[in-house]
Amino acid sequence: MSIKSLCLQKSLWLFHFGGASCNNCDIEILDCLTPRFDVERYGMLLVGSPRHADVILVNGSINKRARSRLLEVYEQTAKPCLVVAIGACGCTGGIFAEGDTFAGPVDKIIPVDAYIPGCPPKPEAILAGIVKLVQAKFG
Amino acid sequence: MAENLFYFLVFPGLLFAGVVGGLLSWFDRKVTAWVQFRRGPVLMQPFYDFLKLLLVKETIVPARGSVLTFLSAPVLALSGASISAALILLPAFGITSGFRGDIIVIFYLLTIPSISYVTGALASGNPLASVGASREIKLLIGFELTLLLIFATVIMKSGMNISLYEIIAYQQQNGALIGSLSGVLLFIPLIFCIQAKLGMVPFDIAEAETELSGGAFIEYSGPPYAMIKFTKYIMLFVLPALAVVLLLGGLSLTGTSILWSVLKILAVVLLLTLIRNTNPRLKVGQAMRFFFIWMNALVLIAIILTYSGL
Repeated sequence: MSIKSLCLQKSLWLFHFGGASCNNCDIEILDCLTPRFDVERYGMLLVGSPRHADVILVNGSINKRARSRLLEVYEQTAKPCLVVAIGACGCTGGIFAEGDTFAGPVDKIIPVDAYIPGCPPKPEAILAGIVKLVQAKFG
Repeated sequence: MAENLFYFLVFPGLLFAGVVGGLLSWFDRKVTAWVQFRRGPVLMQPFYDFLKLLLVKETIVPARGSVLTFLSAPVLALSGASISAALILLPAFGITSGFRGDIIVIFYLLTIPSISYVTGALASGNPLASVGASREIKLLIGFELTLLLIFATVIMKSGMNISLYEIIAYQQQNGALIGSLSGVLLFIPLIFCIQAKLGMVPFDIAEAETELSGGAFIEYSGPPYAMIKFTKYIMLFVLPALAVVLLLGGLSLTGTSILWSVLKILAVVLLLTLIRNTNPRLKVGQAMRFFFIWMNALVLIAIILTYSGL
């Protein structure tokens, strides 16, 4: 394994993009930072600016207004940057998939590297998803 | 010339101070994790972060804003921090840098990183960054006077020496300066000044993760941000070392006293970490009032006590 992929894999900084979410997934993402699950032991940090992000976590259904924001945030990040769609709404649209204002699941707007389904996914599921993503990307 | 370059780039300047500072930054994060009943990051975490930013990530420059100023600010910050590291650590390890009055130069050099952050933030053309920059300036105005008064009192207590090497020599003969009542009174404002200079939590007003989302550093990515991280590592080592040199009797690299020196540095960093974990962020006005009134009052009492020989 090269030093570049080792360093990237050991220090993934997360940026949290909430679309038109019902806040359940947001709460489960925050659960990952609590003492019980503690993602900082894998080197993951929640950052406030997309410029510092290595992973964008997208949850909630993306409606017509959120679409341009999501594109803008993705373009603002420094590449390489991974995208993880969290929850039924992020992966497929869930119950909003046929709504009027719905602008497509996340992978119709930006390339998605991992899907974590669930309504909402448990913190264990989010951690397992990110571990699988790291294994698939970096071997 | 070659010797000076070695002092500046390898030991005890850029490289040594950066590596030790990185380890201290891990210590800081690990203790924070323990305080919150978490496991915390691995030992190499600060170096993974730094190398990832330096080697992997791309650099984004602002479309509207001065690119040259934006990119040169981290370089200036890093060079200011490593020159001050060399000037503080050389006398601390018992090598005389051979010029008197270095304590005054150190005072100016230590402000260079803060000033550079402000310049870089203002050059980025981001409104959140400029709010962060203006807060950083206000904080600087707040604590610089206190720090200058502390330096003046230390000079006064050590028999009007303005060389760091002689201040340490004075302490080795007469006992550490913290051994007196005025020394204890000086140590409290010094710790808070260091806290403000490092931008740690009661005074992380400029960075303000929650409402400014990174503040002064919001636009930095890739290698320039890696330089800012490295500057922060160096400052996390240099400022506790300065506190140890000024009041706790200096460091030493001989025999068992190495352990004692390491313990002194770790104790100061531990104190900073515990303050950071048990306090909420202040508003900028509260921070300025805190330094202007309370901390300056403590230092003035210490000056009066020093004058009457306590």
